[in-house]
Amino acid sequence: MINAEEGVFFLTGKDFTNAGAASSSLKGVLEKRGVPQDIIRRTAIAAFEAEMNVIIYAVAGMMKYRISNTEISVTIQDMGQGIPNIDLAMTEGYSTAPDYIREMGFGSGMGLPNIKKSTDHFVINSMVGEGTTLEFTIRLANGDKERA
Amino acid sequence: MNLAEILSILNARMLTDHVPLQKAVESAYCADLMSDVLSFSVTNSLLVTGLTNAQVIRTAEMAAIEVIIFIQGKSPDSQTIKLAEEKRIPLLVTDLSMFDTCGKLYERGLRSQFHHLNQAPIITVRAQSL
Repeated sequence: MINAEEGVFFLTGKDFTNAGAASSSLKGVLEKRGVPQDIIRRTAIAAFEAEMNVIIYAVAGMMKYRISNTEISVTIQDMGQGIPNIDLAMTEGYSTAPDYIREMGFGSGMGLPNIKKSTDHFVINSMVGEGTTLEFTIRLANGDKERA
Repeated sequence: MNLAEILSILNARMLTDHVPLQKAVESAYCADLMSDVLSFSVTNSLLVTGLTNAQVIRTAEMAAIEVIIFIQGKSPDSQTIKLAEEKRIPLLVTDLSMFDTCGKLYERGLRSQFHHLNQAPIITVRAQSL
């Protein structure tokens, strides 16, 4: 049994140079712990999509993670504009991203649906004008997501 | 299909240092939308793209993509190349268009392994050796 561990990374809006650095660090933590590759990939993808959302839309935010023997849970909280209609934001292809974001290869409206697809449990809460909090969990033991 | 074969098929150049040419990939994916790469690509594959920013490297890192090929002679800046070297992701550049790049790789046996996460995976077609 390895002890649970947790940590936090801070995210700065519009800092495209370091966009992805937090998810990359989280990936490194999981690799060091010897988490299976498939689970690392799903966690990294979900974390990166969430991190890019903060970089693109928010002023600042943070990514907190906790890894136990049974699951990885990640919370991404931002101070941003918030999402007026979460159902709409969860629709594949729906995006409010400006052109310069699309030119970077993001903002095609796949981010939130992809986080949902990559994780075992996903919750999003948002307040317009205040920010968005997103939490997801990926199971580590006896419950790898069924993908039949 | 290994890197030496890919370099020869595409008449491509290697942008990153210290890459073993026998490194091989099983499938390919092509997109300029990084969100699509994150949603639909599979591991042990190469990415053909026309985007050259640092987010491409990050996307490949997260999606566990093994090799990136830039098309139409587009090279990323030195910082992006450095990031790829740190992450041990070989970067190649070809002067071919995206259509021709994919066409030539397909012709020589490389296939996509495209599948939607909610659907059953398509049966893998392994790349033939030269």
